[in-house]
Amino acid sequence: MISTGFERHRRSGRIIANFTAFEADLLRSLASQLVELLRNEAAVPREDQDPFEAMMDFSGPTTVPEDPVLARLFPTAYTHDEEAAGEFRRFTEGALRDGKAQAAATVIETLEDAGLPAEVDEDRMVFIDVELDRETAHTWMRSFTDIRLALATRLGIEDGDEEFWLSLPDEDPRAAAHDIYEWVGYLQETLVQSLMS
Amino acid sequence: MVNVSAASPVEVEPTVVPDDLTHLSKPWVTIVWNDPVNLMTYVTYVFETYFGYPRKKAEKLMMEVHEDGKSVVSSGTREEMERDVQAMHEYGLWATLQKAE
Repeated sequence: MISTGFERHRRSGRIIANFTAFEADLLRSLASQLVELLRNEAAVPREDQDPFEAMMDFSGPTTVPEDPVLARLFPTAYTHDEEAAGEFRRFTEGALRDGKAQAAATVIETLEDAGLPAEVDEDRMVFIDVELDRETAHTWMRSFTDIRLALATRLGIEDGDEEFWLSLPDEDPRAAAHDIYEWVGYLQETLVQSLMS
Repeated sequence: MVNVSAASPVEVEPTVVPDDLTHLSKPWVTIVWNDPVNLMTYVTYVFETYFGYPRKKAEKLMMEVHEDGKSVVSSGTREEMERDVQAMHEYGLWATLQKAE
């Protein structure tokens, strides 16, 4: 990876970063996967409801999503009250899903507006300069969190497991996935620091 | 939480005491739980921007989450706490609400 991450442009105050087409393409692919995952799993009605009520109720899901990534993105808000947790989910999960999908779509749009082609030619060295206003930078930052949570859930990241990831041989596919996870973390760190400065 | 090498060291003000009186009059609380993914700087930034807390307070709460596994980050009515929890989920933080103990 070549990009040194984000920094705040002194005069314009915009948050800027320079990516190779390969890096930008990788970010686009991660964001696209997130959009797909968020839009895929439909709102599922609760099974313990009256059959008629269940049919008339499509306002939103009330149970924890089956996919562990989605379960992490939409945690249970009430630990000891299943009914309240279901109600909370019904009223919030739809909006949260839309917001996260929208944020990931913004990342893709910005990259493509900055010149990322639909197909990246690996033989040509092309650079993609992104320039974000504060609001868009904020959106990118949130989406990087979702991408990192998704990768971490799939990888099974835990506190204090750095040694394990370092000990994996290069040919282990998890090593490569973990490198990407770390890379997005580095980008996010520089992004947060640019926003805080 | 994670500390990435690009981060500057966090200084914590150890003498800040929680405001017990406000706590008593506000029966519900929002709790943010530690997770192995979110960056320390990011969590601080979220507390600062969403709640409008000064940097010192945001860092103190972040360190509580990091070291104690959780922290009460706001208190108020049940409806207010549901809004805060939803906002925390928007930011990818693991948050729950409950009656204040």
